[in-house]
Amino acid sequence: MSETPNPRHPDGNPGRRPEDVIETPDTSVDISVEEIADLPPGKMLEVDDVTLRFGGVKALDGVSFHINTGEILGLIGPNGAGKTTCFNVMTGVYQPTSGGVRFMGDPLGKRKKFEITKMGIARTFQNIRLFHNMTALENVLVGADAHHSTGIASALLRLPKHRAEEAEGMDRAHELLKFMGLERRADELARNLPYGDQRRLEIARALATNPKLLCLDEPAAGFNPAEKRRLMELIQTIRDQGYTVLLIEHDMKLVMGVTDRIVVLEFGKKIAEGLPAEIRDNPAVIAAYLGVDESAS
Amino acid sequence: MSAVRNFFHAIRVRLGKLPKWAQILLWALAVLLVYLLPIINPPLLTTTDSDFASVLFSCAMYSLVAIGLNIVIGYAGLLDLGYVGFFAVGAFTVGVLSSAHGSIPLLIAFPIAMAVTLVSGVLLGAPTLRVRGDYLAIVTLGFGEIIRLVLLNTQWLGGASGIANIPSPPSWAIFEIPHITWQGLTAFVDLETTTTFLEFTVVDAVPFYWLALTLVLIVLFLDWLMQNSRVGRAWEATREDEDAAELMGVPTFRFKLLAFATGAAIGGLSGALFATRQGFINPDNFSIIYSVLFVAMVVVGGQGNRWGVVSAAVLLIWLPEKFRFLADGRYLLFGLALMALAIFRPQGLLPPKRSVRAKQAEEEEQEVLEEGTARV
Repeated sequence: MSETPNPRHPDGNPGRRPEDVIETPDTSVDISVEEIADLPPGKMLEVDDVTLRFGGVKALDGVSFHINTGEILGLIGPNGAGKTTCFNVMTGVYQPTSGGVRFMGDPLGKRKKFEITKMGIARTFQNIRLFHNMTALENVLVGADAHHSTGIASALLRLPKHRAEEAEGMDRAHELLKFMGLERRADELARNLPYGDQRRLEIARALATNPKLLCLDEPAAGFNPAEKRRLMELIQTIRDQGYTVLLIEHDMKLVMGVTDRIVVLEFGKKIAEGLPAEIRDNPAVIAAYLGVDESAS
Repeated sequence: MSAVRNFFHAIRVRLGKLPKWAQILLWALAVLLVYLLPIINPPLLTTTDSDFASVLFSCAMYSLVAIGLNIVIGYAGLLDLGYVGFFAVGAFTVGVLSSAHGSIPLLIAFPIAMAVTLVSGVLLGAPTLRVRGDYLAIVTLGFGEIIRLVLLNTQWLGGASGIANIPSPPSWAIFEIPHITWQGLTAFVDLETTTTFLEFTVVDAVPFYWLALTLVLIVLFLDWLMQNSRVGRAWEATREDEDAAELMGVPTFRFKLLAFATGAAIGGLSGALFATRQGFINPDNFSIIYSVLFVAMVVVGGQGNRWGVVSAAVLLIWLPEKFRFLADGRYLLFGLALMALAIFRPQGLLPPKRSVRAKQAEEEEQEVLEEGTARV
């Protein structure tokens, strides 16, 4: 809480507005949960030969890769490569035309979206999709409700279950808001939050569902380089607290720094998979990103 | 408008500073006053051209409708244009059970009517809640009409002539309360007109009003309990972004169905009240225009705010009665008022406010700002 001059005030005097106090994420907050403790090492999620057609278009073409427990996997590729489509298959938005996804050894099959969330996969969205007319706190509470079961009867009768779950949800939500640096914004409507805070709130909401696997769809889109770097550090902290992360990102350089392994898609096909260093020197990846020099070939 | 809001806000802040017991006492007095309205007949409020107690009963009955529909439209965001169908199901269930094909006491018929409308809500919702937005509106619009046409063409349900001789709730006369009449601003106790506590008769609407008001208060409380729980949050999340809600672990279909069924049951309760007060119901009482009126209540009041929709229901019923002397001209004014509202206050009279804590945060901020400028 440094005494920075207030740009809104003619004299720049200390008539600080609360919103001028930039709140930084408090990464010392322990956000780990039982659900993710003692997960067996190995393959957490396996995408097995997934093909998805929209009419004549093959959005995904025989894509296979896996995510190991406790790692940050980067999913990269040029625009329209099928990264978000891949996310949508993994979270049950689309049913693959052929092939399948296994999570913790369990095929997702025809499970509904909310059931997949309850299994432990949570996601954010490329274009922010918060509950705009609810407060930041309420947004996170909805996420926390994913592992609650209060129905209309226990709500009307205020049964002990309702009280316990409300208290648990509140604790969890405040913990996550603090971790994300949004504690002061808790009671503001989501739509009134600055852009960066909205992005972080989406991550907080996803974390509230106690996911084993956190899928982030271009979480740093629209950020400047410094903000991007800070966010990547935050994502690393999330991983260090025991979460497994799948990260879609456009910016190659950025992804290289934080991910443990990288999968590259182009035109719905996997063209490379490996350690960041391997990907950087892979000619197919360079061609996909920069284009092939026709005259040289 | 903001001046009005600030005025009420100032009052609320004052009240908030009173000790707890004083607040409860004030609330109790306010509720008592509302109960006694038809006895006191306050000069400006009372309707001269129609029975004030009957108007108040209608206000309470339609408030119930508005609270129920607010769950469907305001909380869960499902545009239901056929809500009168549930109102009709509730009314006819009571009619069939207590008059046409049985003589089941009303105390039992009421819960059955609610259960039947609840089931009809589920039956309508299960297939239709898979469509969204405008499509849902059209399907529900059809439902409202189907109910009316079925009633009109089913002899077992009385056909066009409807059901008559629906009994009143059981009476239990204990004492009589004289009404108050006014001449100018002087009040007189009118010993001629009295209301017997608690005797339900066709001539005296006051006990019916008390019954309806009690139900409104109970339902308001239940509504608050629901909204401030996982259920209420799930409804709101579904309204805001159905796909995102689903991906955050909200079984949206189940919650939409729940909203539909709960709303329907409250509409059914209101219809049951209507039946017992009228004593006589026919399909004409449930035409499509009522659905429109119900939706108007929710929209005018501010979708999602229970006090807003109740105020709107009271206004939309009371105003036409108050201005009865204008004859049909009042509907012109009514329409103009609605258009003005749509232009100048599209979010409704009392849109849902942010949480109290958000308000406090805002005030704090304001104070900090003012301090800042004061120091210069």
